[in-house]
Amino acid sequence: MSDSTLEPILSVRNLVKHFPLTQGILFKKQIGAVKAVDGISFDLYPGETLGIVGESGCGKSTVAKLLMNLEQATSGEVFYKGQDITRLSGRALKAVRRNIQMVFQDPYTSLNPRMTVGDIIGEPFDIHPEVAPKGDRRKRVQELLDVVGLNPEYLNRYPHQFSGGQRQRIGIARGLALNPEVIICDEPVSALDVSVQAQVVNLMEKLQDEFGLSYIFIAHDLSIVRHISDRVGVMYLGKMAEIGTDAEIYDHPTHPYTQALLSAVPVPDPEAREHRERIILTGDVPSPANPPSGCRFRTRCWKAQERCSQEVPLLAVPSVFAGQDTPAAHESACHFAAEKDVVHAA
Amino acid sequence: MTVISEGATAAPQAAQTAPLLEVRDLHVEFHTRDGVAKAVNGVNYSVQAGETLAVLGESGSGKSVTAQAIMGILDMPPGRIPQGQILFQGQDMLAMSGEQRRKIRGRKIAMIFQDALSSLNPVLSVGYQLGEMFRVHQGLSRKAAKAKAIELMDRVRIPAAAERVNDYPHQFSGGMRQRIMIAMALALEPDLIIADEPTTALDVTVQAQVMDLLAELQREYNMGLILITHDLGVVADVADKIAVMYAGRIVETAPVHQIYAAPAHPYTKGLLQSIPRLDRKGQELYAIKGLPPNLLHIPSGCAFNPRCPMAQDICRTEVPVLHTAGPGRGSACHFWKETLGE
Repeated sequence: MSDSTLEPILSVRNLVKHFPLTQGILFKKQIGAVKAVDGISFDLYPGETLGIVGESGCGKSTVAKLLMNLEQATSGEVFYKGQDITRLSGRALKAVRRNIQMVFQDPYTSLNPRMTVGDIIGEPFDIHPEVAPKGDRRKRVQELLDVVGLNPEYLNRYPHQFSGGQRQRIGIARGLALNPEVIICDEPVSALDVSVQAQVVNLMEKLQDEFGLSYIFIAHDLSIVRHISDRVGVMYLGKMAEIGTDAEIYDHPTHPYTQALLSAVPVPDPEAREHRERIILTGDVPSPANPPSGCRFRTRCWKAQERCSQEVPLLAVPSVFAGQDTPAAHESACHFAAEKDVVHAA
Repeated sequence: MTVISEGATAAPQAAQTAPLLEVRDLHVEFHTRDGVAKAVNGVNYSVQAGETLAVLGESGSGKSVTAQAIMGILDMPPGRIPQGQILFQGQDMLAMSGEQRRKIRGRKIAMIFQDALSSLNPVLSVGYQLGEMFRVHQGLSRKAAKAKAIELMDRVRIPAAAERVNDYPHQFSGGMRQRIMIAMALALEPDLIIADEPTTALDVTVQAQVMDLLAELQREYNMGLILITHDLGVVADVADKIAVMYAGRIVETAPVHQIYAAPAHPYTKGLLQSIPRLDRKGQELYAIKGLPPNLLHIPSGCAFNPRCPMAQDICRTEVPVLHTAGPGRGSACHFWKETLGE
């Protein structure tokens, strides 16, 4: 867990990714940038699960790609055990990637339909032959299938012969193949049916205990994130709005966006519907190509004042709570951070 | 009010107003190369004016196919309705001619689809598409139709409606597009709206806006609403009564408060238990074992029996009927008493 004596396994510092917007065909002139990720910092400790929540377009999937160096960061650093991944290439990058693997959202498009399950799960061994010698691979793949709860005899089947939940297990088996330390899960259960989601979440928790994995768990389903995460970060429009332990975020949110987000989640309890206070935000998320000045949430915030449009709030423990021993004393990027009692999601 | 008919023969419970829409013993099948997929196998439900019925189910449970049959937008072939009645204000729509049905569709029953971007025509402005409703159904002029379109956009709270009426769908955000879909459904003030996963593609904060709007408009026009969803949270927020579907059948139906407090079918119970809860953090989530059935080979007896923790021999041989499990409640489980009683 986030014990301060432990060294973080991943440290992200001021990570920025701007996608250029260009005009013209031949002489591409940059006319702006989509600020998908705009200065994000967090740590991931060994054996912990960090949940990242946020709405579509907030940059959470871009963060996942940056952590894998699948996208080149515009600026900022991602340290894996003290080594900056964003500067690596070639052999050094390959070595790091062995330890950071990814599970994708859509189990229908992330598996090659022309490859057998055995080939899909065994493919990482082609790239990193040192992990499993050639003669050993078939056995290793069967072990992996068994670990994720699939029949090891299914080795020669194709992805279309499996259901969504089974396919996601195949994706997880592929992620596990190289014995990584960190697995980045980008919406791993959102494409699955409700009754199957629980199976996959249970599997992921079991594997975490068994192999001592660290997870970055990106999702928009707040109740699942709470269930699986030790710490949670809330993103809004390319920035981290608030980060803390799951209890701090869900029970004592101090950022208005987190409060609105939690209050908007439909609670599966009809008794609660009359007497819970919901914060209905007005308007839509602004375009990341042209984000508001100052605090990015100010255009939808009911607390916004002059200061919010001029000064970008920093992600830090708010001064009102600084030094206090209260769960509200966690990092929150709001000038007017305060606790508000919201009936929460989980 | 809650009326749940117990099969095709059951008379409407005494002294109640006739339901706005009543589906009786509806069957829908699809003829495919691999055989006949039985998507809907004898569904019964009804909706009153001003009432919200939530149809809850996973993918492949037949919830959307039922809705498409009501709207009359099933692809036939390969679809076929071998049996059943769909009574709208007392008239069987399945026995009507194409022309009669067209008069109902849009004017009396309207539908909101899940994916607003692919349901709107990308090469026509939203004003044109909204106005089309008035031009086609009411014979209004282009100018009058456009004025109506602006009014509707205002109604669903699209800011600066008069300026945006000539914009194209891609110029709107997901939430706004869904609101335009709602506006389109409301255009002719229908008596019944069928909303098929209206907020699944939206973010939670926007979902809250859209559901609020829908509920408010429903109250105002006293419409019946069939809300098709897989989200137990959304259902708890807005529904009056629930029908839970599994493998083309209704397995449980009940007023919303009762089903969450005490489900009477093991499937509903499993779904409710698999929701992550605060007091169960760190523990394993309850998971329904196995997979939803293949509609080409629905298990014999109760379709849920291979996944059911309570399954006995009778479940593998005998299809359970919808037993009355209390006022307005029904459960298609041989052991509904045991399920309730636990």
